[in-house]
Amino acid sequence: MAKRPVDRSGLLLDIRNLRMEATSYPPGEPPRNVVIVDGVSVKLERGKVLGLIGESGAGKSTIGLSSMCYGRGGVRITGGEIVLNGRDLLKGGPRLLRQIRGREVCYVAQSAAAAFNPARKLMDQVTEAALLHKICTKAEAEKRAIGLFKKLGLPNPEIFGQRFPHQVSGGQLQRAMTAMALCSEPDLIVFDEPTTALDVTTQIDVLASIKDAIRDTNVAALYITHDLAVVAQVADDIMVLRHGKRVEYGDTRQIIKEPRQQYTNQLVSVHHIPHEENNPTDAPILSVNNITAAYGGGLVKVLKNVSVDIHLGQTLAVVGESGSGKSTLARAITGLLPPIEGKINFSGRVLSPRLANRTRDDLRELQMIYQMADTAMNPRQTIGTIIGRPLEFYFGMKGKERDARVAELLHKIEMGKGFADRYPAELSGGQKQRVCIARALAAKPKLIICDEVTSALDPLVADGILKLLLDLQKEENVAYLFITHDLATVKSIADAIAVMYRGEVVRYGPKSQVLTPPFDAYTDLLLSSVPEMELGWLEGAMKNRRMASAGN
Amino acid sequence: MLNVKNIPISAWIGLIITAIFLFAAIFAPWVAPYPVGETVGDVWEPMSAKYWLGTDNLGRDLLSRMIYGARITIFIAAMATALSFILGSVLGFAAAVIGGWLDQFMSRFVDLIMAIPTLIFALVVLSVLPSNVVTLILVMGLLDATRVYRLARAVAVDINVMDFVEAAKLRGEGRIWIIFREILPNALTPLIAELGLRFIFAVLFLSALSFLGLGVQPPDSDWGGMVKENKEGIVFGIPAALIPAAAIAVLAISVNLVADWILNRTTSLKGGRG
Amino acid sequence: MSAPVLKLVAQRIAMGLLLLLAVSVLIFVGTQILPGDVAQSILGQSATPQALENLRRDMGLNDPAYVRYLRWLGGILTGDLGTALSTGQDIASSLKERLWNTLFLAFGAAVVSIPLAIMLGLLAVRYRNGVVDKLISGLGLASTSLPEFFTGYLLIYFVAVRLQWFPSVSTVYEGMPFGERLSAIALPVTVLTLVVLAHMMRMTRAAILNVMQSAYIETAELKGLSPFQIITRHAFPNAIAPIVNVVMLNLAFLVVGVVVVEVIFVYPGMGQYLVDHVAKRDVPVVQACGLIFAAVYISLNIIADIVAIVSNPRLRHPK
Repeated sequence: MAKRPVDRSGLLLDIRNLRMEATSYPPGEPPRNVVIVDGVSVKLERGKVLGLIGESGAGKSTIGLSSMCYGRGGVRITGGEIVLNGRDLLKGGPRLLRQIRGREVCYVAQSAAAAFNPARKLMDQVTEAALLHKICTKAEAEKRAIGLFKKLGLPNPEIFGQRFPHQVSGGQLQRAMTAMALCSEPDLIVFDEPTTALDVTTQIDVLASIKDAIRDTNVAALYITHDLAVVAQVADDIMVLRHGKRVEYGDTRQIIKEPRQQYTNQLVSVHHIPHEENNPTDAPILSVNNITAAYGGGLVKVLKNVSVDIHLGQTLAVVGESGSGKSTLARAITGLLPPIEGKINFSGRVLSPRLANRTRDDLRELQMIYQMADTAMNPRQTIGTIIGRPLEFYFGMKGKERDARVAELLHKIEMGKGFADRYPAELSGGQKQRVCIARALAAKPKLIICDEVTSALDPLVADGILKLLLDLQKEENVAYLFITHDLATVKSIADAIAVMYRGEVVRYGPKSQVLTPPFDAYTDLLLSSVPEMELGWLEGAMKNRRMASAGN
Repeated sequence: MLNVKNIPISAWIGLIITAIFLFAAIFAPWVAPYPVGETVGDVWEPMSAKYWLGTDNLGRDLLSRMIYGARITIFIAAMATALSFILGSVLGFAAAVIGGWLDQFMSRFVDLIMAIPTLIFALVVLSVLPSNVVTLILVMGLLDATRVYRLARAVAVDINVMDFVEAAKLRGEGRIWIIFREILPNALTPLIAELGLRFIFAVLFLSALSFLGLGVQPPDSDWGGMVKENKEGIVFGIPAALIPAAAIAVLAISVNLVADWILNRTTSLKGGRG
Repeated sequence: MSAPVLKLVAQRIAMGLLLLLAVSVLIFVGTQILPGDVAQSILGQSATPQALENLRRDMGLNDPAYVRYLRWLGGILTGDLGTALSTGQDIASSLKERLWNTLFLAFGAAVVSIPLAIMLGLLAVRYRNGVVDKLISGLGLASTSLPEFFTGYLLIYFVAVRLQWFPSVSTVYEGMPFGERLSAIALPVTVLTLVVLAHMMRMTRAAILNVMQSAYIETAELKGLSPFQIITRHAFPNAIAPIVNVVMLNLAFLVVGVVVVEVIFVYPGMGQYLVDHVAKRDVPVVQACGLIFAAVYISLNIIADIVAIVSNPRLRHPK
């Protein structure tokens, strides 16, 4: 049994000059070393919460796991010191590590659904670490677990532990994982993006219960996330990371109100895109009238009596959580899922419900951009072929003419001519999405459907894409149907908004009108779930809620 | 971007040995020292300068028979593989892209055929069909086509649901473009690696049939048949039967090495230039 | 066991029986491809048309195909497999002893190969990417390439003929002492083991690796569990189903491998019986043997699926 100082004040974790490396195996080249974390120092006092923030590849998860001396997927700790409760973990050997893991430091993973063993009951897994480290008896541990289930707002806390992981929802599993971490009363918990995989309304509930649990148990925490607004709600201090290096470190108020580094400033001002709301024109370019669509031969209705209009050169944002039917609306408009009732007017004519019966001009003027740019491009075609195909197909362009137009489109999306000969695998995530935009533009469309086009991207990259889309809208006078779950995005680019809930449009109108009270219950819930970069926002939002989120 | 320097040594060994076997098979009449069916010495003579591999159970030169045997073995196996590939992949792609009752019907039929072990099914059919080269190729090719069908269909189904295929459909592309320009280039690499494995399977399968006396019939002989001809010698300490058996093993291993390399090379690329 | 699991298991068994019925049709049809018929093969080419006609009527060959099929199927269900054309003997009684011999041989191979394969598979995972692992994957490559008769005759040549440790011909007879019986099947069991071992090892390795790379194994590690505790508490309960599946699929593989091995060692089992009668074009025997082999193969596949269903926590504990 490792001795744990009883003193509950002072320095808990002291990471000095941490360096972590991994070996990468690029195909066709000799393996080479990659530095993941470079000279980062972290100090954490008892009972404090430190937020680690950065984009993907910043090394924030790697640093978080280093507090347990754990390198995921072949990452090695190659330099520095990790001192926990006064002992240097790097010199302790595997015995010491086993003693501190699960007892002094616990971990909450991003995907609790994968982190729980599917074959064992939740209670067994929640109490396992406490029993393993002989912190208490089985009965005490179970009592403690039930108390934690109650504190974290889980339904039927007395019997919740008797269930298996697949029997409870994602939001509940995430809370159960927090209970698992708290059950052995550790000194430190590492939260690794614990709310990122959840729906927006559930995210806030889980965040609030995590915050309460931290406050009540006085445990210290490393809170890792890419969302500055989220971390601002729970952290005392924030460290901004980029490319494995520290960019800025300070208390939460200073970081979000007076950032000193330019990069931090960019993260703070993300989603603040100036956009003047346009008024609707006389005739909409696309008019969806009372559409009902269903899967399984009319059995499962996923769209119920939906009507919206989109005007040329403007953006309609369709907002909702997963399962709200927003992507189905896109499938109905494109003809992939012919609606069973209602009709669609496009550009002054009635669109045939089925894709197969539409004219080539219908297809050309209605383009689509996907969420995952990776799978939206044929990996065996060059960028030139991908952008050039619509030119050939719709306009019969060939040879020099086509190449010139491809170059022009590449210029429009702020990429150079040299990209025409590259393959999608050689591009970054943001570049791939730009190519997809160029492919849509090549058809000279009147309307582009954008299906969650920024949700797989880092915030700054996503901002770049949004700005590009707005610029292109001005140049080409194209309309967007913008499908998203992210209200912050909506606020920055929309002219009109449709809020969807369980297959129905619950609120619809010009942006200023939709975002002005009085709200219906669901819109209120949705709006109150978007984290704002304000201290104390979370408490206010939870207090003013009228409707429970889908996770409960 | 095939870089000669990047080919691992195991793949080189496989490529070279496979090439030697192919050379012997194609140029058999010019390479073989003796005519294939002629008795040239005593029964089961040991290896010597005159008969490099010794003589067989009827006193024929074993090396010459091995070279002609390579021809028959590789020819039948290659034809059966080609048949199974063309049939299996065309039907598999069609089932995946067209779907509906066609897919249901073919897939259930393939399930049925695959519920019977291949060797047993072949034995049942060969009990009533004449044993000749055409029958062998047809039986082996058709039975093996079920496996190719499954793979081709699975690969094509995976690709068919990708967004880039949906994008092509939304663009208004026809079925021909979708199969040949969107799906085929992405399905090619797993299929090519599978081609090697199917060929090995065909060689082993043919050899087993001939060894059981139900494959290539005398006076012609493939390697499996030659094992059968000479197996009685083993108990007298005469290893003649081991030579064709070893040849089958070496050919199978060589092709396996090449297929393994192709598979590794393509999986590490993940698209792009391949 | 809960109701949905029972329902799925029942469905799977029903599917298997249906499949077996379809297979019996396929085997029956497969042996009717050629013109010519049994009467012709019994009486030979020189038979008079009158004699042929009489025999056909006596044997019921003039009935439509489906009537003959139903009669054949009815016979099988009541334990009557018909009579062999070449010898005139009752097929069921000739098969009984041989079926038992074949099962004995396959069982022997299973007893040796299953524990060995699982142990080696675990070793390969423990020393992943090390020498042991490389050796095992190399063996796997070789074993998919070596024909049974190569390993078989190599063993006979060296172990039986040169060293004279075991007999080269595996004769077994009724009432043979158990020890002698074991010594007789030692070499065929070795060959069969080599046939399935590497494949089983590779699949076991893949199954365990798949489990070990799950996120919940990382969770267990971060709770401070020792490697041994991680394997027994978290990896094993999830790995057992895929491993049983691997074993069953390879046993099905064994059933087929047995045919060639029996011929190599002149072992009096069902495989050799089948091969002999294929050469004699003795259709009733071929039909009976084919159906039995297919039945064993299908049953093993059903067991593999049932294990997967029963061990799936999602099905055992529905929402």
